[in-house]
Amino acid sequence: MSALQEMPPRKSVAAPQPTLPQRLREVLTSPNAIRTASVAVFFVIWEYYGRRMDPIFMAPPSAIFDAALQLIQSGALKKALIQTLWPFSVGMALTVVVGIALGIVMAQWRTLEYVLDPFINALYAIPRIALVPLIILWAGLEFVGKVTILVSVAIFPITVNTFAGIRDVRGSMLEIGRAYGATEWQIFWKIILPAAVPFIMAGIRLAVGLAIIGIIVAEFFTAISGLGGMIVEYANVFATAKLFVPIIVIAIVGVVLTELVMWLERRMSRWRQLERERF
Amino acid sequence: MQAMQASSDGMVVYDDVSKFFPVRIRPGQKERPEFMVALDRVNATVRKGELITLLGPSGCGKTTLLRLTAGLIAADEGRITIEGTRVTAPRKDACMVFQNFGLLPWRTVLGNVEFPLEIDGVGASERRDLARHFIDLVGLAAFAEHYPHELSGGMQQRVGIARALMRKPILIFMDEPFGALDAQTREQLQEDFLTIWSRTGATVVFVTHSIDEALFLSDRIFVFNTAPGRIRTIVESPVAAERLGGDVRTHPDFGKYRAELRDMLRSDP
Repeated sequence: MSALQEMPPRKSVAAPQPTLPQRLREVLTSPNAIRTASVAVFFVIWEYYGRRMDPIFMAPPSAIFDAALQLIQSGALKKALIQTLWPFSVGMALTVVVGIALGIVMAQWRTLEYVLDPFINALYAIPRIALVPLIILWAGLEFVGKVTILVSVAIFPITVNTFAGIRDVRGSMLEIGRAYGATEWQIFWKIILPAAVPFIMAGIRLAVGLAIIGIIVAEFFTAISGLGGMIVEYANVFATAKLFVPIIVIAIVGVVLTELVMWLERRMSRWRQLERERF
Repeated sequence: MQAMQASSDGMVVYDDVSKFFPVRIRPGQKERPEFMVALDRVNATVRKGELITLLGPSGCGKTTLLRLTAGLIAADEGRITIEGTRVTAPRKDACMVFQNFGLLPWRTVLGNVEFPLEIDGVGASERRDLARHFIDLVGLAAFAEHYPHELSGGMQQRVGIARALMRKPILIFMDEPFGALDAQTREQLQEDFLTIWSRTGATVVFVTHSIDEALFLSDRIFVFNTAPGRIRTIVESPVAAERLGGDVRTHPDFGKYRAELRDMLRSDP
């Protein structure tokens, strides 16, 4: 025993210092460095071949950039962006509120589940795009039409996930509330709903992607306003460089929104992630 | 109320308590549904301030008896009273410590311990102060802001104990609370719990399948029979008097008492 205790116990040891070439190598092979390089190479190739092709079919990034500046200066892009984002925001808010509410009532009241689920399943099975002409017929081409189409496309993952999240709450979890004398109302707000949040957030993340598709499809059909309308308009006149501008704007909006929701999701579902890592 | 139950030292009184569970009938069988007898006419009294263990193998009905006492399920026959009042639903002055800790994973240690008083509508600062006091008492002061899954199993159950103490309950139910822990952690928690309990004066009903745990903790041990679940015998712990002064696991006769209890559990009545 005594021989073992001659050296004092060590709680931690210093990590070895990386050499300069090692560090350089680490930076150059980091995921973000590879991503940046990949995109840069893509743009160079695009520029090179884009200049050699018929401008009716293809435009190089430099021409798209010029077209973007032009559309920004004329105010056309800003106008279209607002025409798209305003109904998008209203539709998304409506989707989240109604989607969660529907999921909750279906999960909490069996009767309502049986009343509603044939319709939910039927609507879920129909490609929602197929309903767009009908919705336009009823709700018009402008704001109300866009919102209705967006909600009809995006609401399902939220409702389905909210429902699944609430049904997934284990009995042992509810028993904590019961054993401590919580009312049904308290059990819902303090146990069931928080437990379902990770599911609901995942549903919202899926809904954002669908909502972007929904609003652009709506604008394709109406073809008179918004970014979707812009795409159709420029495609019809073979203004290919301009055509790319709304596409890129939609891509940027999509990435930013998805990142935002994923960030929110990570924050609100952190406990679930940690729980999963543990087992 | 019957005269025999009126004794002033009866905290929990079991009067001919039975519980049945439905047995699934295979399709095609035309018999009427049958009920399995989980607990059969249990009679016992838990005295005020006592620490009782319900000891028996799994499936003997000891957890069912605890859940009946906690008001989580209803008895099919007989009655259970706590301080003379019949149990029909969970009582706020009788708190539960769960087998798998029963913590809310999205709440911090503090949030979990505050939970009972939040239910009661106690003001935020008051319940926070009290929660910190009990978190300190169970030795987790440095972990108040941690989430359950950042803690070891032993620490999680300390949170469960702190939460159960928040209402200063007259009765604490413990459903194999240390069963999921490793041996060293379990012994440490048993010791710490005994110390805490001796200071609170609460009555404890403690479910376990461990003979050692029953001997180490109890004033009296309710030894269960299986199928149907019945209290076979009630044993006064021979080491009850010494257990608060030191570790009774080192008591010279500990092995003998343990063997006696094991014989009781094994032999058919």
